[in-house]
Amino acid sequence: MQTQTQETYRTGKEVKVRVETLTKCYDDLLVLDNISFDIYHGEMLCIVGPTGCGKTTFLNCLSRFIPMTEGDILVDGTPADPTRHNIAFVFQEPSAIPWLTVEDNIRFGLRIKRTDPKTIEDLVERMLDLVGLRRYRKCFPKQLSASMEQRVVIARNFAINPDLLLMDEPYGQLDVKLRYYLEDELIRIWKEVGSTVLFITHNIEEAVYLAERILILSPKPSTIKEEVLVDLPRPRQFDAPEFVKIRDYVTECIKWW
Amino acid sequence: MAQRAGVKIQCRGISKSFTAQKDVLHVLEDVSLAVYENEFLVILGPGQGGKTTLLNIIGGLLMPDAGDVLLDGKPIEGPGPDRGIVFQQYALFPWKTVEENVAFALTMAGVQKGERMAAAHHYIDLVGLKGFEKAYPAQLSGGMKQRVGIARAYTANPEILLMDEPFGALDAQTRYAMEKDILSIWQKELRTVVFVTNNIEEAIYLGDRVVVMSAMPGKVKSSYVIDTPRPRNYTDPKFLEIRKMISNDTDLVL
Repeated sequence: MQTQTQETYRTGKEVKVRVETLTKCYDDLLVLDNISFDIYHGEMLCIVGPTGCGKTTFLNCLSRFIPMTEGDILVDGTPADPTRHNIAFVFQEPSAIPWLTVEDNIRFGLRIKRTDPKTIEDLVERMLDLVGLRRYRKCFPKQLSASMEQRVVIARNFAINPDLLLMDEPYGQLDVKLRYYLEDELIRIWKEVGSTVLFITHNIEEAVYLAERILILSPKPSTIKEEVLVDLPRPRQFDAPEFVKIRDYVTECIKWW
Repeated sequence: MAQRAGVKIQCRGISKSFTAQKDVLHVLEDVSLAVYENEFLVILGPGQGGKTTLLNIIGGLLMPDAGDVLLDGKPIEGPGPDRGIVFQQYALFPWKTVEENVAFALTMAGVQKGERMAAAHHYIDLVGLKGFEKAYPAQLSGGMKQRVGIARAYTANPEILLMDEPFGALDAQTRYAMEKDILSIWQKELRTVVFVTNNIEEAIYLGDRVVVMSAMPGKVKSSYVIDTPRPRNYTDPKFLEIRKMISNDTDLVL
């Protein structure tokens, strides 16, 4: 069903992040079983898997929130290290810092990274435009709707131009119309900033809408079951036959219900 | 077909606003709609569209500022055992087991133990939780908790089931599983269902009819009769066509 071969896809791409034999056990419960894959520079990669397959554990390992049992994660060829590499995380629940305004939330990571003040201000202006929140720059998170708050978090994360941006189903239960709007926005920002994004979701349609490549995880203990390339022009149409074909195919791969 | 059946619920010109400090929030404005006997009606709308408020008014938990709701032609004056509610956040009693939660309404109604446990177990089986009768809510996954919520609403044997985004907190796949199961339960034990959601796909999969509401203040924008046979296929061209049509008709709320 591939319209493009894995080889053609890889041609000319450089590896940004390499995950090597990632394995995670909780006592004798094996959750992640020997997972290896590459994420290419500037790629939009989606990961889907059946409910309960260990996606959260997977992300927590990649972000180095929790230790791996075995394996390694290399960024630009060196072991991932939160003090050296920029690994950013957008959680499912909006996590803007409540006591900072929208613009100070965007400044937050840049200040920690000791970016020079002129660059910070330029980036803040650019991000405010990209997420369309210029009017709300002086607002606090509690004055915003949940979807606006999530956009603040997304702006904050893209602002530091991370080596790897991990997104854990950030648009989970928003209504579809709003989700497509935000997904279009995400694509726009990603294209403009050029960050490497790993997006985890339960929602297969969302994965097909966003991804250049989809990795399908198996049920626990998780391994990579399959890799699917999504070679469709953007903006993608959810009712286009080629779109539906990929969606049905991925659904069949993980269907348990 | 539902349209030929009698009207079960009639909402007439319902308006409701809330006051927060000095701001008056107009949540519902002149909402009129009819729900037919044994119909599966879906109320679809974006976030903050007053859907829950409307459901709470039908449930008798809130009174409208204007307009009224008739149930079998009689005005609703408060909550009653004729209407069962399934809540978005499950609202189970954490200190009660699955069977105690499910039998709760019958316990309150003074039904004797053997009889109420028989009814509870019937619905626990129907929602697929056999074997979990003695478990506590904290031991269950989100999908299982909502199955308890559904069994509890059915056990009181209401004429009407009001479901407030019952699958809103579940992941996309568990949601598909629950949508399939709720339909099979409804087909086995026919009731009038009013089901609220913000998910267009879910609305089309489930409903005999989908009523689309606008963003605040909530008004009825349009109504679609979904007459494709069940079980419906999410990626069927006809399904996607209806979805696109309804999507174009819903408001974008940022």
